[in-house]
Amino acid sequence: MIAQSVLERHGLKPDEYERIVTLLGREPNLTELGMFSVMWSEHCSYKSSRVHLKTLPTEGPQVLQGPGENAGAIDIGDGLAAVFKIESHNHPSFIEPYQGAATGVGGIIRDIFTMGARPIALMNSLRFGDLDAPGTPRLLEGVVSGIAGYGNSIGIPTIAGEIAFESAYAGNPLVNVFCLGIAKASDIIKGVASGVGNAVYYVGAKTGRDGIHGATMASAEFDDKSAEKRPAVQVGDPFMEKLLLEACLEVMQTDALIGIQDMGAAGLTCSTSEMGSRGGAGVEVDVALVPQRETGMTPYEIMLSESQERMLLVAKRGREAEVERAFEKWDLHAVRIGEVTSDGLLRVKANGTVVAEIPNRALTDEAPVYRRPTAPPEYLADVQRLDLDADAGRRPGPTANGALLALLGSPTIASKRWVYQQYDHMVRTNTVVLPGLGAGVVRIKGTDRALAMAVDGNGRYCYLDPYRGAMLAVAEAARNVACAGARPLAATNCLNFGNPERPAIMWQFAKAVEGIGAACRALAVPITGGNVSLYNETDGRAIYPTPVIGIVGLLEHADRVVTRLFQRAGDVIVLLGEGRGELGGSEYLKVAHGLVRGVPPALDLEAEHALQMLVLDLAEARLIRSANDCSDGGLAAALAECCFDTRGIGAEASIDGVEVARDPALNLAAALFGESASRVIVSVTTDVLTDVLARAAKSGVPARVIGQTGGNMLHIAAGGRTAIDIAVDDAERIWGSAMTRYFRKQAA
Amino acid sequence: MKFAVIVFPGSNCDHDAFHAAKDVLGQDAEYVWHKDEDLKGADVVILPGGFAHGDYLRTGAMARFSPIMREVQRFAADGGPVLGICNGFQVLLEAGLLPGAMLRNRDLKFHCEHVHIRVEQTDTPFTLACRPGQVLRIPIAHGEGNYFADPAVIARLEANRQIIFRYTDAAGRVIDAANPNGSAAAIAGLCNEARNVVGLMPHPERACESVLGSTDGRVIFESVVQSLKSGTLVARA
Repeated sequence: MIAQSVLERHGLKPDEYERIVTLLGREPNLTELGMFSVMWSEHCSYKSSRVHLKTLPTEGPQVLQGPGENAGAIDIGDGLAAVFKIESHNHPSFIEPYQGAATGVGGIIRDIFTMGARPIALMNSLRFGDLDAPGTPRLLEGVVSGIAGYGNSIGIPTIAGEIAFESAYAGNPLVNVFCLGIAKASDIIKGVASGVGNAVYYVGAKTGRDGIHGATMASAEFDDKSAEKRPAVQVGDPFMEKLLLEACLEVMQTDALIGIQDMGAAGLTCSTSEMGSRGGAGVEVDVALVPQRETGMTPYEIMLSESQERMLLVAKRGREAEVERAFEKWDLHAVRIGEVTSDGLLRVKANGTVVAEIPNRALTDEAPVYRRPTAPPEYLADVQRLDLDADAGRRPGPTANGALLALLGSPTIASKRWVYQQYDHMVRTNTVVLPGLGAGVVRIKGTDRALAMAVDGNGRYCYLDPYRGAMLAVAEAARNVACAGARPLAATNCLNFGNPERPAIMWQFAKAVEGIGAACRALAVPITGGNVSLYNETDGRAIYPTPVIGIVGLLEHADRVVTRLFQRAGDVIVLLGEGRGELGGSEYLKVAHGLVRGVPPALDLEAEHALQMLVLDLAEARLIRSANDCSDGGLAAALAECCFDTRGIGAEASIDGVEVARDPALNLAAALFGESASRVIVSVTTDVLTDVLARAAKSGVPARVIGQTGGNMLHIAAGGRTAIDIAVDDAERIWGSAMTRYFRKQAA
Repeated sequence: MKFAVIVFPGSNCDHDAFHAAKDVLGQDAEYVWHKDEDLKGADVVILPGGFAHGDYLRTGAMARFSPIMREVQRFAADGGPVLGICNGFQVLLEAGLLPGAMLRNRDLKFHCEHVHIRVEQTDTPFTLACRPGQVLRIPIAHGEGNYFADPAVIARLEANRQIIFRYTDAAGRVIDAANPNGSAAAIAGLCNEARNVVGLMPHPERACESVLGSTDGRVIFESVVQSLKSGTLVARA
C-alpha cells in the first residue's frame, strides 16, 4: 500500500487512488503512480472542466478537426487548412518568466506543426498586476523577452495580442499563446499510434530531469514556497525546435508516418498513452533506449520528464529508413524506442524488464471526471450594484479631457509598441496588418486570400458577470476580425480560472463556458480546441475569471483589408451600433474613480452578428476606409485610436447624450467612455455615404453620421456640449509613451 | 539570373529571400543547403536572416564553418555578388568577408520596426539602380545590430566609400534618434573593398510588395539583376 504522504505529493486524492487500483486490478508501483498522477492531473485530464466543455459548439461545415487532437483545423479554401490553438503557460511564467513564456511559445508551435501545418503566425494574451506594483515590470519584461526570444529565433511572426493590467493578476500573471499554421487540407496528420509492429520513434532533445511534475504543478495553487518549484520549469531551445519543425515537415511529406505527437505536459507518458488510446492500440517502449541528458535517471523520471523539444512518432513498417534519413539531414537522430502492440497497454520496460504496464485508456479516457459543486460567489451581489451618483459622484471626477488622457495613458489602453517592437512581426513576409492596428492579418501566399485573427478577454467583466463577460469576449474577438474585413470562421479558447474545488470558482467557470457556447453558436464560430488552466491562485486569492478567446477569419481579398486608421481628411465618420451609456465594469470607472463595480454591458447576439456581417459586407464592397470597434474606454478612446498613427488626422464628432445619473458630468462620461457592445466606428468617403447607410438600414444595424475626419484636433461634443477638445499630437504622445515612459522611470 | 539562397539550419528568412527573388522579381532561385559544397551555378548568393546555428555563442559565429562557406568565399573572391541580410550580414562579419562586429542593440532589446536608410554609394551591384542619397523605408528585426569597429577601421571604411547604407530619418538626415541600435557612424550596411560583397541589417526582402506596406527594398534586388545583365560592377557574370 502506498503511503498517504506519497499520494499527496502526487496530487492524488484517496478516491482517485482507489480508482487506479480498480482499473489496474492491483496496486500500482511508484512509476505507475507517477504516470497516473500526471495524466490524471487537472492539466492533462480536464477532470473538472470536461462536463462543461462538452456543451460547447464544435461543429460546422468549415471544421476539419475539432477538439481532441493536438490542434483544431478549418477549411480556408484552395484545398488549404488553417490549424490553430491557444494554450496557457501561466504557472511556469510566474516562477520563471523568461523560460516559462518561451517554452509556452515552443509548446504551442509544436502542437501546430505536429498536425502537419507550417506555423505562420503567433499571438498572445497577457495579464499582469498593476504596472506600478513591485514585481510587475520584472515579470512583464521577462515574459515579453521570453516570447520574443523563442518566436524570433524560430522565425514565426508574433502579429497581434492583448495585454491588461489588474491587481487581481499580481500573484498570478497569465501567459496565453496562440499559434496558427497552414497545411494542405489533405495532409493533416494526427496523433495516433496504430498497426501492430510499427516502430515508435523518439526524436529531438535528450531527456533530462527538468519539468518533472510540471503538469501537477500547473494543477495546484501557489503559495510563498512557489519559488522553490523552479526546477519544475523547463528550459527552451528554439534552435532545436526549429530543426524539429523543418525535419518533421519534411518527414510528413514522405507519407511514411502513421502519427506524431509532441511531448509537452506529462512528456513521454502523455504522448505514448494518448497516441495509443486514439488508435485503439497498445504501445511498448523501453526507457533505456530513450536518449538521456543526465545519468542515473529512473524509469519514473524518464516517463515524467517534461524536457522540451521532443517528439514521438510512429512510422509505417518498411519506411523506417526514410524517416531516419530525413532527421539525419537536420542532424537529429530518430531513435526507435519501441513499437505498437495489439493489447491496448502502455508497457514500459527498462532494459527489457517491465517496469510499468497500464491500459492506455485508463490513463486517458478513463481518467476521473468531476461534476464539481457550483455556487454563485458571495461578492457578486455587492459588486454588481452600481449607483453612479452615490459611488462615483461623491467627489468630482476629472474633466472629460482629463479622463480621456488618463484612459489613453492607462497601460491597458495605451500603445503596446514597447512590447510588439520586441517581437519579430514581419518574418515570413505575410504580415499585411502590423501589430497595434487591429486584428493581425497574414496573406496566404499563392492565393488572393488572407487570414485575420484576434485574441480577446476581459477579466473584469467576467468577475462582475462571467456569463456575459465570456459572451462579450467572443463578440469582441469576432468583431475585431470582422473589422479587418474578414469573415469569422472559428474559435479557440483558453480558460483561466482559480481553484475548481471551490464552488464559487466552479460557478464562474460553468457560467463562462455557457456564455462562450451561446456566443459561438450565435456568431457561427465553433470552438475547435483550446486549453483550460485552473488553480490560478496565490495564497488563496484567485485571479479574475479570464476566458480568452481566439478567433480566426478569412478575407477573400487580402488587398481589401481594413485597419483602425483614418485615411485622409474630409471623410465621413459613421457610428454603427448604439451606445447606451453603460459604465458598469468600465475602464473609465476603474481609472477615473477607482471602481470595479456594476454589470458589464448588455449584449444582443443577433444585433452583434448583424453588425459583423454588415462591416464585412462594407469592407468587401470597398465602401469603408477604416473600422475600429469600441471597447475599453468607449467611443472617445476608439475615436482617438482612429486618429493615432495617421500622422495627425484629427476628427470633429458629435454624439448623443445619455441620462444614466443625476450628475451631468457622469452622464457626459457615460456617453464618451461607456463600453456598450456591438459598436464600430467606420470612415467613408462622402460619395458612398448613402450606400453605406442604406446597407446598414437593410441589415437592421443602427447607423448615424457622427462627424468627419480632418484638422489636427480631436473634438467631440456629446449631447450638444463640447466635451473633448485636445490636439491629436498631445493625446498620441501620452498614449504612445505610457509604457516606455514607465520603463524609463524604472531604469532611472 | 539565378539566385542561390543559402540555408543554414537556423535560417528563418530563407523562404522570404527566395520568394522575393523568384516570385516578386521573377528570377530563377534555388535553396543551397549549408552542408552542400556547390553553389549550383548561381549568379548571385544571398545569405538570409535568421539564427544560423542557433547563435547561442555569437550571432553567425558557427556559420563560417559550414561547408558551403568555402564556396561562398571562393565565389566572393572571384567577384561574384554576395548579399548578407541581417544574420547573413553577421555571418559575413564572422567569416571575415566584411570588417567589424555586431554588439547587442544599445537598449539591449530586440527591435522590429520600419526604419529609414540612406543609400550612400551606388557603385555596388546591390545599389546600382538606386539614386545617390535615396532614402529607403525598410524593416529591421534584430537584437544584435549595433555595428562596431575601431576608429581606424571606420576611417578606412569612410575613405574607401565602403559604407553603403546609413540609418537616417525620413528626410535622410543622420540623427541619433533615427539610429535604432547604436551602430557606429549610423552604419546599416557595408561592402568589401572589391565592392561585390554587401551586408546590411535591414530586410529588403520584407519590403518588396505593396501589400506588405513598402516596396522600397525591391531596388536592391533589381540592382543586382541589372548589374549582372549589363555586366557592370561584377567581375563574373
